[in-house]
Amino acid sequence: MFQFINTLLIGITAGSIYSLMAIAIVLVWRSTRVINFAQGGLALASSFVGAAVLEKTGSFWVSLPIAMIAGAIFSAAIEFFFLRPLLKRSGEKEQEIFLPIIATLGLLGIIKTVLNFIYGDRIGVITPPLSDKGFVISGESIALSPMRLLILGTVVVLMVVLTLIFQRTNLGLSLRASSFAPEISRLAGVRVDLIRTVGWAISGAAGATAGILQTTNGSGSISPESFEFSLLLVFGFVAAVIGGIESLVGAVLGGLTLGIILSIILMYVGGSLVFFAAFLILILVLLLRPQGIIGAKGGRRA
Amino acid sequence: MLTIKDLSVDHGAIRALHGVSFKVEKGQLAAVIGANGAGKTTLLRALSGLNKASQGQAHWGDHNILHSKPEALVRHGISHVCEGKSVIPELTVAENLDLGALWRRNRKEAVQSKKEVVELFPRLGERLSQRADSLSGGERQMLALGRAMMSKPQLLLLDEPSLGLAPLVIEQIFQSIRELTTAMGLTVLLVEQNAMGALKIADVGIVLNLGSIAAIGSAAALKDDPAVRAAYLGF
Repeated sequence: MFQFINTLLIGITAGSIYSLMAIAIVLVWRSTRVINFAQGGLALASSFVGAAVLEKTGSFWVSLPIAMIAGAIFSAAIEFFFLRPLLKRSGEKEQEIFLPIIATLGLLGIIKTVLNFIYGDRIGVITPPLSDKGFVISGESIALSPMRLLILGTVVVLMVVLTLIFQRTNLGLSLRASSFAPEISRLAGVRVDLIRTVGWAISGAAGATAGILQTTNGSGSISPESFEFSLLLVFGFVAAVIGGIESLVGAVLGGLTLGIILSIILMYVGGSLVFFAAFLILILVLLLRPQGIIGAKGGRRA
Repeated sequence: MLTIKDLSVDHGAIRALHGVSFKVEKGQLAAVIGANGAGKTTLLRALSGLNKASQGQAHWGDHNILHSKPEALVRHGISHVCEGKSVIPELTVAENLDLGALWRRNRKEAVQSKKEVVELFPRLGERLSQRADSLSGGERQMLALGRAMMSKPQLLLLDEPSLGLAPLVIEQIFQSIRELTTAMGLTVLLVEQNAMGALKIADVGIVLNLGSIAAIGSAAALKDDPAVRAAYLGF
């Protein structure tokens, strides 16, 4: 029982980070209809910025927001200088719909190469600002530590902020309207191109946060060839698909579901099967419930 | 005044509009009628910036409106309601309305516009917090009109507001369009398949045939023109 609760706690923490990554993927998908595989590279680059700031200032609390801003700028720049001209030219022809998606794969390679060029064998270190020793309850140490609590807290705060932005502000209304119906939005006076860039920026900030939290929750260090970040991209993508790819709420539920399932497999089945399990879930969801766990059939959700 | 000179629009290799010229005076309601594929929708889409014109000119007052983006033209007082109840089904009625006024700096005026729309269409007022896909066809058309009104337009481009509606509802919508035009001093370009209904409320009529103007004149005169009656009014 005790072990099971610990497994759940570990799964929820990891899952909340996948949720953030899934949100980043969903935001880009909704605003531009592109799956951005460069998201993993963006998160990595932003985390390197965070590590550099942490080294200079010594403060995690300064480095996290700066990494988020860096992620937002990187992501917005990619949309503006790269995706926008590409989408303008590729149009609606069927074979060309895949161009932007393949292009983001290429971009992932480019980002990694640039990071390799800058950092080489050096690593970025992001030490957890709080203890990662579990709280002790009736003599036994549980899997919930101050650091894990901080991760969960950060994710919850970000989600509340995002929800408020999306549901309560004019910007949020523009973001939702532009993703549902770009043409009507333009006729209503919304600057859809600008709003798209903003959507990518928010996505970049979410991805950067996922990167920083993933690092503190994992090895505490990053390298340009980080396997942790490849996992983060894959798990974020699977979480987004579980959630139906259209929905922010779905992305959160997808991330938590995936985190818990993988944690249970890691604990009771074996670590070598985690990757396999993630892909199995991806394929099962796509085959059995392509609209995601909360999506209505054929419908779109806010 | 809306002035259109020698306007041509191409869809790929096909010319959909062949050098169309006409004028609509300020405060007038102009009905554009014609068969399917006559170029009615193409005309509206070129005027609101959704489609590119190949040649010609279009001015609203002194402002050249070709080659501008729709989001820029809204800011110049031109609102376009697309064919087929142009509302966003996933958003609430209130959100659909608000969307039309997001760009307006003066929030007080925007709130005032919303009051006016709700007064004009009380049924929207009762359903502000419902999702737009819970509305009936007629209510959706009201919402689309209301959304356009939220942008405080001077020139309203309406594409087939009667499409798919019951006869009684069509009459209501046409009546609202006529009232709006007079009360707000709007200029309206109304594209309609329902030629008789449109000519009844319009000041002037423009008949398009295969991308060219076949007839133009006062709505009353067109309604009584035997050629127009035979070709477009069906009797």
